[in-house]
Amino acid sequence: MDPGVIDLSRLQFALTALYHFLFVPLTLGLSFMLVIMESVYVMTNRPIWRVITRFWGRLFAINFVLGVSTGLTMEFQFGTNWSYFSHYVGDIFGAPLAIEGLMAFFLEATIVGVMFFGWNRLSKLAHLIVTFLVALGTNLSALWILIANGWMQNPVGAQFNPETMRMEVSDFGQVLFNPIAQAKFVHTVSAGYVCASVFVLGISAFYLLKGKYAGVAKRSMAVAAAFGLLSSLSVVVLGDESGYALTDNQKMKLAAIEAAWHTAPAPAGITLIGMPDTVARTTRYSVEVPWVLGLIATRSLDKQVTGMSELVLKAQERITSGVIAYDAVQKLKTNPTNVAERARFEAHKRDLGYALLLKGHVADPRTASPQLIAATAWDVVPNVGLMFWSFRIMAFIGFYMIALFATAFVLASLRRHDSTRWFLRLALFSIPLPWVAIELGWILAEIGRQPWAIEGVLPTFLAASSLSRGALWTTIFGFTALYGALAVIEVRLMIASIKKGPFEHHEDPQPEPGPIPATPLVA
Amino acid sequence: MFDYESLRLIWWALMGVLLIGFALTDGYDMGVAALLPWVARSDAERRMVINTVGPHWEGHQVWFITGGGAIFAAWPFVYAVSFSGFYLAMFVVLASLILRPVGFKYRSKRDDKAWRTRWDYALFVGGFVPVLVFGVAVGNVLSGAPFRLDSDLRSFYEGSFFGLFTPFTLLCGLLSLAMLVLHGSAWITLRVERGPVHARAKLFGMIAGLASIVLFAAGWAFVAFTNLGYRIVSTVDPLGQSNPLRTISEPFAGAWLANYGTHPWMVVAPVLGFAGAVLALFGIGRNSEALAFTGSSLSTVGIIATVGLSMFPYILPSSIDVHSSLTVWNASSTAKTLGIMVFVTVILLPIVLAYTSWAMKVMWGRVTSEDVRTNVDFY
Repeated sequence: MDPGVIDLSRLQFALTALYHFLFVPLTLGLSFMLVIMESVYVMTNRPIWRVITRFWGRLFAINFVLGVSTGLTMEFQFGTNWSYFSHYVGDIFGAPLAIEGLMAFFLEATIVGVMFFGWNRLSKLAHLIVTFLVALGTNLSALWILIANGWMQNPVGAQFNPETMRMEVSDFGQVLFNPIAQAKFVHTVSAGYVCASVFVLGISAFYLLKGKYAGVAKRSMAVAAAFGLLSSLSVVVLGDESGYALTDNQKMKLAAIEAAWHTAPAPAGITLIGMPDTVARTTRYSVEVPWVLGLIATRSLDKQVTGMSELVLKAQERITSGVIAYDAVQKLKTNPTNVAERARFEAHKRDLGYALLLKGHVADPRTASPQLIAATAWDVVPNVGLMFWSFRIMAFIGFYMIALFATAFVLASLRRHDSTRWFLRLALFSIPLPWVAIELGWILAEIGRQPWAIEGVLPTFLAASSLSRGALWTTIFGFTALYGALAVIEVRLMIASIKKGPFEHHEDPQPEPGPIPATPLVA
Repeated sequence: MFDYESLRLIWWALMGVLLIGFALTDGYDMGVAALLPWVARSDAERRMVINTVGPHWEGHQVWFITGGGAIFAAWPFVYAVSFSGFYLAMFVVLASLILRPVGFKYRSKRDDKAWRTRWDYALFVGGFVPVLVFGVAVGNVLSGAPFRLDSDLRSFYEGSFFGLFTPFTLLCGLLSLAMLVLHGSAWITLRVERGPVHARAKLFGMIAGLASIVLFAAGWAFVAFTNLGYRIVSTVDPLGQSNPLRTISEPFAGAWLANYGTHPWMVVAPVLGFAGAVLALFGIGRNSEALAFTGSSLSTVGIIATVGLSMFPYILPSSIDVHSSLTVWNASSTAKTLGIMVFVTVILLPIVLAYTSWAMKVMWGRVTSEDVRTNVDFY
């Protein structure tokens, strides 16, 4: 494989996935906030809540459409750019994607048209149900995508079949109830809820700072404060560390995040800050808090957090064992009924993927020297510096969000959220932060999985399609130009809609004159 | 419950159902988009046309996405080989399809003539280009694609982007265009008020219907009289594990007509392709829009089914390697995955059809110039 093609394929996937995920979190969260707002409208029958729902619904629509468009690319990119991956794990990985389409995306996309166009064609309650179904669909969609992604991090319920040269499903239940997928789902949708809450909070704050649309802004802010506080707590407390003890790669991720070069005695301390040095394999200037990491990662006082050097030694053993499986597979290719080779394969098959790591250095893994195996074992360490810093920035933003929403909640409870100007400014300038944290979260998850496309099964450099650099540059340039133009248009339309304000159409009631009546706080 | 052979047949049929579902629903959205600048002149007219599909295109597009996911799940070889092989064509399709949602949604956001005209042409591209390329792609599938699999079953594609365009594949592209422009015209006549737009849609429908019949017949002539077609020369085990290297194929002129000899009932599909188009023309002429739309739907079902039935059991033959062709018997997922996916689809697809019909019912009615002026929810 041409290493240039692999790097370009990774670049394109990263660009298109990170871009897609600029729109998804807002869709995930705002859809449920629309449900809350519209529920208040249906329960109280006050027209202001209809205005509020329709206003945020318009912004939802502008954002939704780009999430849908860029999702198209994602559905097909496994085939276009990662065709060996698609062949190798399609038997397992394809199913959640197909079910996502059938169960979730059909629902959300079919019903969303009725949500936008059906305001005057449905009863109030029916329209609320429609809005709820859109929210349900978007969130179910995330569930199935994260089941697929979780399987890449922890490929349970599947085995390699030498007859078909691919992984095949052995237990679909394990794929569905993969604990890593469950943790990821909760973490990811909660992050989406936080994102939408900050969006609503910040734009409402903007209106209050300008002294405009106070009725809409105050009420929207109250919804955002309550929903945001719950979600920001959920995103941090139910972060996805819970799965970090499960597989060798997940342990490696944790070790890389902590720049833990060696196993420390239990319970391990957490490194708050420091300078990881990947050449000397040590961390300089580190500030540690004792015990905390052991508690978070192992939920115990006596279990160790394994360091990178120890995990590399384990990888070295697994490569050696994998070479035996690899040799057996080559022999089974010519004679599928060879019983002795079949037995050797069965004994070592769980390490087959590790032997494939050698293909990055030598054409035939069976010819690798012990020195090469020892050197290759270090391939299982991801980019420590990137992991270390991404995590710290993400986690810092996570805690900041809790503080922001706790403040918002207190101010809203005291009914002072419309007049505390420093807070309104803070809320406005916090708008980009959840997006930063979310994108870093994905970088952490996907860079942390390297060198694997499928943890322990298929290295990334073997997963790509056999394309030319020219073809890849064409599509990278094409997607960048198209996505760049759409991003500019999207942001401009968003800003124009925000400036236009909630009272876009003459049929909407005008802002109430005089002081706004007290609002029931909803949650 | 089912054996591996039946499961493969069921999933071959379900792949057809999903592709036909895509063509029947999103097909008219694309046909409408391809017609937009020509069938409607003023902004009010264009908004009328756009709003006939406004509430539905989002859901319809999911047929494409689900089709992609289902091919991934049930026919991983097909998913891997075809999309990586037709790489740049796929990029062109995706880029034009991406223009479509934003075109629908963003066009009406600014009351500015230049802005709206630009989006009208973006919508045109979003309809015209994918429909043409899908047809060309089907033509390439019928001709065989230049790919080979190595012993690890990694696929290598040895063709180029411009190599995709041959007289036969272009013919297929034009047929696809005619078929879905007919379908789109029929939809417009069904859903806009009678007036200038309605009259133009009828005219385009007439032209597309006639073109559809001529091109479909020309396609048959190509299949009958040129050297298209492949046949299997090794033994086939419909219950065997999926490994394409174990099947040996050879090019065989006229092979794409052989199935109609062994299974005469299959003739239903091409007959439907022609008869549907005739019915549509009849409906347009008689001013019976429902009949026209029924006809264009039946024609679409017939034409797509013809492709699948003619090639059976091939799904994607290789034009350069006798050991690499993908068939129903060598390119599927495991029986376990196929079984789970049949179960899931049998439960979920009727639910999808139910709420799609409900959404259609809620939004039903002819779009009038009055609606365009007064309905604030409209694009």
